[in-house]
Amino acid sequence: MTSQTNDTFNVAGKDFSSRLIVGTGKYKNFEETARAVESSGAEIVTVAIRRVNVMDPKQPMLVDYLDPKKYTYLPNTAGCFTADDAIRTLRLAREAGGWNLVKLEVLGDQKTLYPDMIETLHAAEVLIKENFDVMVYCSDDPIMAKRLEDLGCCAIMPLGAPIGSGLGIQNPVQIRLIIEQSHVPILVDAGVGTASDAAVAMELGCDGVLMNTAIAEAKDPIGMARAMKLAVEAGRAAYLSGRMPKKLYADPSSPLAGLM
Amino acid sequence: MIEIKINGDPHKIKNGLSLDILLQNLKLDPSKVAVERNLEIVPKTTYQNVMILENDRLEIVHFIGGGVS
Repeated sequence: MTSQTNDTFNVAGKDFSSRLIVGTGKYKNFEETARAVESSGAEIVTVAIRRVNVMDPKQPMLVDYLDPKKYTYLPNTAGCFTADDAIRTLRLAREAGGWNLVKLEVLGDQKTLYPDMIETLHAAEVLIKENFDVMVYCSDDPIMAKRLEDLGCCAIMPLGAPIGSGLGIQNPVQIRLIIEQSHVPILVDAGVGTASDAAVAMELGCDGVLMNTAIAEAKDPIGMARAMKLAVEAGRAAYLSGRMPKKLYADPSSPLAGLM
Repeated sequence: MIEIKINGDPHKIKNGLSLDILLQNLKLDPSKVAVERNLEIVPKTTYQNVMILENDRLEIVHFIGGGVS
């Protein structure tokens, strides 16, 4: 077990011991968001950037509930459908927070929320030239993943199923191919519905899992956040420990020698 | 008075205001927001020196809860 206690993953030069990244959307209120994040053990949280309500400046702000000094804020470009929109959003995010680590996602279709990989590649190239550390949401195509890594993305984050669908990991073969070819962290970014899905992603050898809806839309988000924490840890430990080979026939667990 | 746009809405403000005074008047904490003026990011360190002019279009944004879209 000693080898596993120091099992951290490194992204953009920083070590993290939790391999679960959680989104902060869809919660009832900021109190619930803060409690769910705490319960998940996550050290990185994704956040969105939106217009301030100048008519009501006293409205509570996320930063009052999730301390940006305690959690690594990962600004994302959710809702952006062009490279230009995504780039503009992340430039603003960098100015608002003062950090370079961002999550890029450029969507191509309202119905499936599938990533538009052509726009994503274009945005990644511009952002990396501007010294952003780009974690990128992408399709599960190994060729696209390779292109993004070659551009200099610091983490590749393919979907396991459509965003918010909760369908679980539908593409273990593609995810595994991406893991085997890559030299940067691979995180499953969408599709997890319940704890076993997170464990499956980690058992495939992912470096981490990113989720939002599976926790926020559970009946008890705080309880589900804890379940996800345990599932990610269990899946990781199982991956590191190396599962037994599958066999077609039974193999008794008790020794046959000395049977009466 | 001059007319400007903040987050898409028209606002009338006094002439000769710097961005940091405008944010103060709006009761916004400069450390928690970012500002884009006529599609260009305004670095936080320059808020005092940036004067707001007639027809300026400002976007003032902050972090909100958000995740996987």
